[in-house]
Amino acid sequence: MSNQTQSQDLSKGQSLWSDAWARLKKNKMAMASLVVLFVIGVLCFILPAFSIIADPNNQNLNNTFLDPNKNNWLGTDQSGRDLLARLLYGGQISLLVGIIATTVSVIIGLIYGSIAGYAGGKTDSLMMRIVDILYGLPFLVLVILFSLLISEHAKELTDQLVSLWPGQEVFIKKFINLVPLFIAIGALGWLTMARVARAQVLSLKKQEFVEAAVSLGLSHRQILMRHIMPNMLGPIIVYATLTVPGFVLTEATLSFLGLGVESPNSSWGILLSEGANYMETHPRLLIIPSITFSLTLLALNFLGDGLRDALDPKAAKD
Amino acid sequence: MLRTIVSRLLQGIVVVFCLLLITFVLVRLMPGDPFSGEKAHSAHIIEKNKERFHLDKSYPEQFSVYLGLLIQGDMGDSPVKEQPVAKIIEHSFPASLILGIAGITIAILIGIPAGILSALKKNSYIDYGTMIIAMAGISIPSFVIAPLLAGHIATRVPFLKVAGWGDPFDWILPALTLGLGTAAYLARITRGGMLEVLNQDYIRTAHAKGVHPAIVVTKHAIRGGIIPAVAYIGPAFAALITGSFIIETIFQVPGMGQHFVNATKDRDYFLLQGVVILFGSLIVFANLAADIVLVMLNPRIRA
Repeated sequence: MSNQTQSQDLSKGQSLWSDAWARLKKNKMAMASLVVLFVIGVLCFILPAFSIIADPNNQNLNNTFLDPNKNNWLGTDQSGRDLLARLLYGGQISLLVGIIATTVSVIIGLIYGSIAGYAGGKTDSLMMRIVDILYGLPFLVLVILFSLLISEHAKELTDQLVSLWPGQEVFIKKFINLVPLFIAIGALGWLTMARVARAQVLSLKKQEFVEAAVSLGLSHRQILMRHIMPNMLGPIIVYATLTVPGFVLTEATLSFLGLGVESPNSSWGILLSEGANYMETHPRLLIIPSITFSLTLLALNFLGDGLRDALDPKAAKD
Repeated sequence: MLRTIVSRLLQGIVVVFCLLLITFVLVRLMPGDPFSGEKAHSAHIIEKNKERFHLDKSYPEQFSVYLGLLIQGDMGDSPVKEQPVAKIIEHSFPASLILGIAGITIAILIGIPAGILSALKKNSYIDYGTMIIAMAGISIPSFVIAPLLAGHIATRVPFLKVAGWGDPFDWILPALTLGLGTAAYLARITRGGMLEVLNQDYIRTAHAKGVHPAIVVTKHAIRGGIIPAVAYIGPAFAALITGSFIIETIFQVPGMGQHFVNATKDRDYFLLQGVVILFGSLIVFANLAADIVLVMLNPRIRA
């Protein structure tokens, strides 16, 4: 950095965010990941809106196992469905599960962890003991039980919603199928976030600006929301980014076992498990979803790592 | 030290109990019951069966009956498989255990040396290469790696089979698939731990005294540097045993994983409870063992 820009920066003062962005831009893997994720996001969420992509559920038994051609750029699967369409629609679901479940887990973990850290003392140790106990539970076991349980109630909800909006049946059914998975993963995945949030609050609440806020007579809520929360954003964003790939993987694992998203709905987990059946005769059906899926996870992990180095340099160790 | 262990054990029992209670309630809240499966029985037989397994009673009653049996060391019978749960576990647990031990061994043998090497050659191409491979290992799920390994290696190497669990050669591919992800995590953690230790004053002192660099690394740096990795091995081992059902499915290993998934699907309450108790205890003990080893490696934690 030249002297001139440095003095300019000094006079303007640098926010945490511009600092972090500058650090992130230097990280080649993280920037490449950002591009990859952007492209995958556009492909999965925007491209299917145009009619160039076929209907992912359109079966045609005359066209099974077609090699890539002009109409089916990635070929077709065992039921004659267009693989590209299945891949993109599956991506929508896989990414949505990751994003929504992460949001649920961040909200729960953030509230729980900050209350524990802010309250301190006995409340804190009781709340964190509960987290310790929940940590001991096998995550996947509970997710499976929990999502099966919710999905039973989701059926009643579907009927109600369908009677409310008669025209939207297909959309409602597709979405309701996924809700149990979102909730189950998010509701059980907030533990790490709670620990991160608590640690942050503990260190922040001893600082002078919080003392100043206390001496000004602000309420606990105001102190937490106005003064502590904004200062926690960095680490929270980092851990949220690192949580998304974990949850995408959880969804894929469940779908692979036949316990998550159900066929004919597509998700990357389903494509992988179906593809594995035709591995020897038509490896394309396994390899294309594998590459897409692994590339997305890789990019998310690299981006999370890069964000951690940029936003939270002290924690950038493991 | 002994007091800590005892209190942690008691805490562990509480954790397993909570887990059992949660599972107990959740499986019963799920729609269906063990007798609503494919085999259609007459209402009378179902009635009789429910009575036999005490499923006609209230939840608290069922739970106390189950606990009473459990204290006597009886995990009950599986209503679906019509066998004692203890027997089913006895038959399937060894395969899962072998798979877990082989997997963690592979993970340690690959992950820790890779992490140490990466830390010693920090910011070199070896470092970048290792860390990119490690990130790939973390990101690529086992059910992607498994079919590829089975399809490309098992068909070419004469003594390896695509699936099955006969002789020890059959352990290689599933264990490799299972261990790779953990190896990748271990490599990253070891690298982080080593880098921190290598920056410490006592390492500089050792170098300044003219100690041979190889001895500085082996005698001084590694001892402190692998502590975070050791802390990770315990929980990772438990995770490998309890989380291997995908690999067990793909390679047709007769382990616990299939029972866990099927018991959930078939609403086999007693088998699921048995599996959950075993898995929960494993996780608790692995965490405890990791903590004890940590204290032995790093006396400063004892305080």
